[in-house]
Parts: sequence; structure tokens; C-alpha cells
Amino acid sequence: MYVPTIGLEVHCELKTNTKNFSSAANAYSEIPNSNLATTDLGLPGILPVINEYGVKQSLKMALAMHCEIPEFMTFERKNYFYPDLPKGYQITQFDQPVGVNGYIMINVNGEDRKVLIHDTHLEEDTASLDHYGNYSLIDYNRAGVPLLETVTEPCMHSVEEAIAFLEALRNIFLYCDASEARTDRGQMRCDVNVSLAQEGMQELGTKVEIKNVNSFNNVKDAIISEVRRQTEILESGGVIAQETRRYDENNMCTYSMRSKEDAIDYKYFKEPNIPPIRIKRDWIEEIQKELPTFPYERITKYMEVYGLSRYDATILVKEKEMAEYFEKTLDEGADPKAASNWITSVILGHMNKYEIPITKLFLTPKMLVELIELVTSGKISSKQAKEVLHTSLEQEKSPLQLVEELGIKQIEGDAEITAIVNEVFAENPNAKAEYQAGRTNIVDFLVGQVMKKTKGQANPAMTRKIVQEEIQKG
Amino acid sequence: MSYMDKSIDDLRKALDERKVTSDALFEEATSLAKQYQSLYNSFVTILDEKNETESNSILSGIPYALKDNISTKDILTTSSSNILKNYVPVYNATVYQKLEDAGAVLMGKTVLDELAMGGTGTTGHTGIVKNPWDESRQIGGSSAGSAAAVALGIVPFAIGSDTGDSIRKPAAFGGVVGFKPTYGRVSRYGLFAFASSLDHVGCFARNVKDVAYVTDIIKGEDAHDMTSLPDDHKKYTDTLNNDIKGRKLFYIKEAMEDHENSNDAELKETIHQFFQMIEKIKELGFIVEEVSFPKELLNAIYPTYMAISCAEATSNNANLTGIHFGVRGEGNSIHDIMMDARTKGFSELIKRRFVLGSYILQKENQEKLFKNAQRIRHMIVDKMNTLFQEYDGMLMPASGGIAPHFGEKTDQLSDRYLILENHLVIANFGGFPSITLPSGFVNNMPIAINLTGRQFEDDIVLNMAYKMENITGCKDQIAKGGN
Repeated sequence: MYVPTIGLEVHCELKTNTKNFSSAANAYSEIPNSNLATTDLGLPGILPVINEYGVKQSLKMALAMHCEIPEFMTFERKNYFYPDLPKGYQITQFDQPVGVNGYIMINVNGEDRKVLIHDTHLEEDTASLDHYGNYSLIDYNRAGVPLLETVTEPCMHSVEEAIAFLEALRNIFLYCDASEARTDRGQMRCDVNVSLAQEGMQELGTKVEIKNVNSFNNVKDAIISEVRRQTEILESGGVIAQETRRYDENNMCTYSMRSKEDAIDYKYFKEPNIPPIRIKRDWIEEIQKELPTFPYERITKYMEVYGLSRYDATILVKEKEMAEYFEKTLDEGADPKAASNWITSVILGHMNKYEIPITKLFLTPKMLVELIELVTSGKISSKQAKEVLHTSLEQEKSPLQLVEELGIKQIEGDAEITAIVNEVFAENPNAKAEYQAGRTNIVDFLVGQVMKKTKGQANPAMTRKIVQEEIQKG
Repeated sequence: MSYMDKSIDDLRKALDERKVTSDALFEEATSLAKQYQSLYNSFVTILDEKNETESNSILSGIPYALKDNISTKDILTTSSSNILKNYVPVYNATVYQKLEDAGAVLMGKTVLDELAMGGTGTTGHTGIVKNPWDESRQIGGSSAGSAAAVALGIVPFAIGSDTGDSIRKPAAFGGVVGFKPTYGRVSRYGLFAFASSLDHVGCFARNVKDVAYVTDIIKGEDAHDMTSLPDDHKKYTDTLNNDIKGRKLFYIKEAMEDHENSNDAELKETIHQFFQMIEKIKELGFIVEEVSFPKELLNAIYPTYMAISCAEATSNNANLTGIHFGVRGEGNSIHDIMMDARTKGFSELIKRRFVLGSYILQKENQEKLFKNAQRIRHMIVDKMNTLFQEYDGMLMPASGGIAPHFGEKTDQLSDRYLILENHLVIANFGGFPSITLPSGFVNNMPIAINLTGRQFEDDIVLNMAYKMENITGCKDQIAKGGN
């Protein structure tokens, strides 16, 4: 048996107004070469000017990943020739990156795991190349877009763990508002390192790097196919070559790009145009205060303190705004389970149907609490509440107003319901006989009749109880 | 009546009194440039049309030249390299923009050693630049054309760049003043990078006051250059006359040693005159003392400079692939096209430096070559800073002799008076302000002294140089070729 060890290098484009080192817009555009400045083109004489907001967002991410922040941050040049790299070097971080030695907590099938972060560093994206027959076109829109590259230790041992890590990382980006982290736009891309070791062995096997995998699904498939490939080699007595491979999603397997011997020497050295940047401790404290509570911590609290299921808790924390909405209903005094139920069912359904974010929702947390209270106090039934909630969301009217306008109330008086039940029995003289003959589901019919007569206002549970008592009297 | 041999003060007066127009000055400068071009070859481009911004500055209406490695929008900028022979920038360098805003009038772009790498003025793609004092001799480089244009009296001042000594050495060989301010004092934005940690923008003129006028205009913090210094809110021309009594200077003992016994007559005469100059300088009220500087550090200056500058140059010039600008190469693959452009676009000398730089940066060599060079750089700068605790400046001969004949000296390492030929680099290592002043003649060719001061103290260096200039007898001199 072989155990895989997986390490990930995740590149994520940061959300900023301008590029990392120039004043060109950092924006997605269909029009090639519409967002660029002289600096992005690497024209002679240009100099980089660091985007302070990009640094701040990187620090936020580093803190969210529990990284150590250096006193001075430095930038380095990574040198290689390729037309997607207009300066002939990429400005990145090597010696003193934004953060080192951090971790992210994840949960895999109910089990907590700590994924160790080797470092996270700020760099710039390359231009994009499109190849056609005998020519290629260059689009510099992406050149210079800030990228945060997060490198894990080789500490994951399954596909599930790797995917859970990627999802957790993406959530942290989203919670920090540091990136849109959309894989479909290439905003989040991965290099995957895979090695295999005999079960029980401490020493890691030979590492193979799979470059530029562009979706979580492909990461999953690439790992599976690479583990299969390496297992086959090892089982047939072969040796794994240390190399860089690429993943072909059509054939669902990896192909060799270059061997260790052909590895590029990037000739890293300090970027002389960017002096070391002092990261002041009070700046870090200020950023620390801005950090939101992250999904992992929220899920733990929702389960332990509010008694929610992991499933519901996970849905609630998927977006920070959703979690905040939920927590506001609790502040307003809602029962956590009831609030969770309403949010994850009716409200989420409505949001998905109309593709509106929770921030644009008409229904405020306070309104939801008022609705919940109508149910708990027995003033309306949960069935009525569901309808009221639907109408409220559709018509943008508060539940209290709707209940009043439509005259919705619940008939709860014993005598009142008994009177109507008697009416129904009078209208259906054979009912009791049929019941005794074994047609027990006639109870449902009778309850239905009562509800119909009361326009649904009779308390359903109470109605059923009275009908049952009456019919059993014979 | 000619004006281009006058000082900035004289030109300002003539313009203000309407004795001459800026159109006429431009006309004079460009016709002189054309007249001298076939013999001295100072220019890559001589402008046909004058562009002048309205301004009240001292430089308003006055023509000047820019080294051709400074980005000028819509004006050809070649860096004297074939790979950029058709390159027209789309943006202005900060130094050019500041001069434009001050109303100074650009009249041409000057020849340099290809990509500013070299000290001979012989490697530009448009041919060699000759010394206006003797056309069989070099003017030095890399700011060759700027030095020659000022020496010839084509312009009262010119802009250059200095990575090792590229302003201060040609200034010495051309008999003009050359000043490299503190690193970061003048923005590098738009200066085609050679070695970013050593590159400086500075200027040439025929007297210290003119250098101060120009520096006052071009200095300042620049949002485009993260290494630019915060404004010092000083006007260097205001303090030129400050009292220098008691200012302490040193010269390096080891640089002067053993030369009395040399059979190089020019070297002996240069040193002899330097010591005579020291006596005169002392009479002004300066204190000049001899200090000892570790010989192994002095001997390491040149290799250290080569290691750092070649390494940075390799990376800085990796943008020159002919793909998105410059001369496009041919080939069947992207790499072939880039390789072809670079093979054809650079001279052998440049390729040699790139290969060296690449070797020095290789993973297995970095520690031994690149990192050690940086350690030595720090040791030299530390030693200088220690000396600067006691002294206000270092005074040295700018060179061990006069401008060499063509073919006499190459870019290669020479053992001959190694220290005297290379000590100017110390000011690049430490970003110290450093000025070369013409100080006399040897065999009818100019020689010069160099004064290097503490970081940030550009005003004091100019103040001291201004005082010294009064006793050199070389103020406002025009080369023989320009008479």
C-alpha cells in the first residue's frame, strides 16, 4: 500500500483597483490590451510602484492563515525569457514574503485537520498568450495583476483533504474580500505536488509537480490520475522521476513537461527598485482587528453553541453575509434552529431563484424574528408562516403587515374548533361508520374540511386532535 | 555673437533683456551640433523643431541635451544600441518632464556607450565619440556625447547617467564639471536601467553654479520611483557661497602610493598637480589629510562593481527581446525570434557582460560571486561612512591620467593604477554625491579632481566644489575643438 503526500501552491488574483506595480486598472476585460500601463509592458526605464492596498490585503490573508509577518518585507526578481513576461522577470517574494509558517484548519468528513502553510507571497501575474496556427497573440490585461501565492507544506494525504483545503482557502479569500477567487476566470490556479511513500514509512517519496491546474475538479482528477500513475510504476518495481508534469483534462492524465535536469534556474535576486518595506506592528494590529470570524470558527460555534447540524452550519457560513444575517437574527432574539431552518430553506430558495444576494434581501433579520415569534406564540401556524414568508419576499412587505392585511390568524379556542368539527361531522354523516369500517384516512379528509372552512386558520394539530376524539366516540 | 559658450546666468540675462530669443538659441545650438557632428559624433538625434513650455524658471528658453538612454515621448531613444534603433518611447522620463516643465529646450539626444555599459564612448551603434580637445583621443563614457556637447560649447548643460563613473569620468576627460547627486535625489523613472542599485541621473555643465541650477530643477521625490528620496526642500544655488573654513577632506594614501617611481609620465604629472591643488585648496581654509584605506577593499572595487552591475544588467535588459518593442528577430519559435533579436541587436561587449551577469546570478554561483560582491560593497560603504564621521568629503584625482588614445584602453580590467581609475565607483556603491571638477592640464589635455561627500549632503558638496572652482582656473572652459 502506498500513501500519497500532497502539497499545493495556490495562485490567487487579488481584488484591487489597480495592478500590483502600476496604475493600470485591475479588472476583467474582454477587450485585449485595454488595461495596461507602460510599467506592465516592461518598456525601457519603467519602475515598479507597489500597490499599498494589495500589500494590506496580502497581510490580511497572511494573518487569516496565522502566518508570521516579517518586520521587513522584500521583493525579488524571478528571471526567465517568455513573451508573457514583458520585463523578462517577474517581481515576486522569496527571502521575506508577506507571511510564513502559518496554518489553516479544515474539516474532512467530520474530522478536523490542520494544513500547514509554508509561506504566502505577493507577486505579479503574467500576460496571457493565445496561440493560433503559425502565430500567437499577447494580451497584457493580466500582466501585473497582483497574485498571492500560498504554498502549503506537503502535509495532505488524500484528495478530500486537498479539496477541503482549497475550499477553505477560497472561503478565507472571500471572507477577507481579497479576491473573487473564481476559477472560471483563472483567478485561482494551482500547482499540485504529489509523492507516494510505502505505508508506515516516514520518508517521503520522489516529488512530482503538476503545473497550472485550473479548477478544483481538475485538481481532484489530476491527483487521482497521478497517484494511479505513480502506484503503477512503483508496483511494477519502477522508480519515480523527479519532474514537472501538466494535467490534460481531456484525457484525464498527466504528461511530462520537463525533468529535474531541465529545471529552470530563475536566478532570484533582490528587486533593487523596491526598498525593503517595513511592516509596522500597529498596522498589523489594525488589520488584525478588521479580520472577520472565519467559516471554520463559525461552524464550530454554530454546532457547539447553537446545536445546528454540520450540514446547516456549512450552508450558513458559505458566504460571510449569510452568516452575518443569521447572527443578526440571533441578536434580535431568534431561536437558532428556527432561524437556520427559515434561512436555509425558504430564504435561500428565494435568493437562488432570483439570483439576489442576501445583502439585497428585503426581509431584514428583525422581520424574520418577528415572523418566528408569530409562530412560537401560536398566532399563526408554521404552514401559514411559510406562505407569509414567501409573499413577504415576493411582494416586499413585512410579515407583520401581511398577517394584518390578509387577516391571517390561527383559531385556537377548543370550543371554536369543536363547533366547526361538529359542523363537518354533520355534513358527513357516514364518516364515523366508514372510520369504524377501517377507512382511517378519513380523518385527514375531515381535518382538511375544517381547514377549508376556516381558510387554514384553525390550528392543524388541535383540529386533528379534536377530530380524532370525536370520531372515536363512535 | 555666440551664446552657447556662455553660462546659465549670462544666458538668462540675455534672454530677459531680450538681446536674444530662445528660438535663436535653439538655432545656434542645433547648427553647432550639426557642424561638429561629422568630426565628434556627439548626437544620435539633433531635433529639427523646438518645443518650449511657458515657465519663469532660470532654465526657461535655454537649450540642453539629453543622453539617449532617457525616455522622451515621441522622440527616438536608442540607448545607442541596434536593438533599439527604431524605438520611440510613449512616455517621458521624470528628469525630462521636469526640464520641460521648467521651460528648458531639448535640442538633441546624445550618444552613449551601448546601453550605458562601457567607459570609452566607442561602442554606440552610431559610431565613436571623439574628444573635443584632441580627436585622436576618447572622451570616455558612457555619457560620451553629453560630455562632448558641453565641452564643445554646443549647450550650456547636458543630462547624463552614472552607474560606475559614467558622468564623472567623461567630465574629467572633457574638461567640464560632472555631478552625480545622492542616490534617489533625482528620479530614475525613464532612465533605461543598467544596474538599478548603482544607476544615477546627473548633469554636465561648465561651472558648479550651472550644475547647481540644473540639479535644483531635476531633483525631488517622485511617485514613480520608490527609491527616490523625500524632498530636502533646499535650493543648492543658495548655499554655494557658504563658508567652508574648517571643512575636512581626505584622500586615500594607497591610491597615490608607488606612483613616484612609475615610468608613466602622465600619471606622475597628474599626481604632482593633484598635490599642488591640495595646497591651494588648503589655502582656501579646507583641511586636507591623508588616510589609509584597506588595500584589499580598494583592489576589490572593480570586480565587485562588475559582478553587481553585470548581474543587474542581465536582468534589467531582459525586456529587450524585440517582441513588443525594438527590432524584431526572425525564427520559427518564440525563443528563436527572441534569440535572433538579441544576437543581432547587441554588440559583443554587451553579450559578454550579459553572459557574465547570468553566470554570476546562477544558483550555484550566487553565494560566491553575487552575494560576496554585495558584502564587499557594504564593507566599502561602511568604511566610507566611518571616514565621513570625521571628514566632510573625499578628494581624489578623477583619473590617473588624461583621456586615452583610441585603441589604447579597453573595457577590460587593467592592473595599471587600478585604484585611481576605479575609485569613482565608491560613490555609486554608497549613493554618495560626487562631483568632478576640471583642475588643470597634462600634455594639453584636461585633468580633474573629484570630490565625494556624505549621503544626502548634495548642498555641501556643491558648496565646497564652488569654492574650489575659483582656484582651478578651469571654470567655463571650452575645448579646443569648440573654439
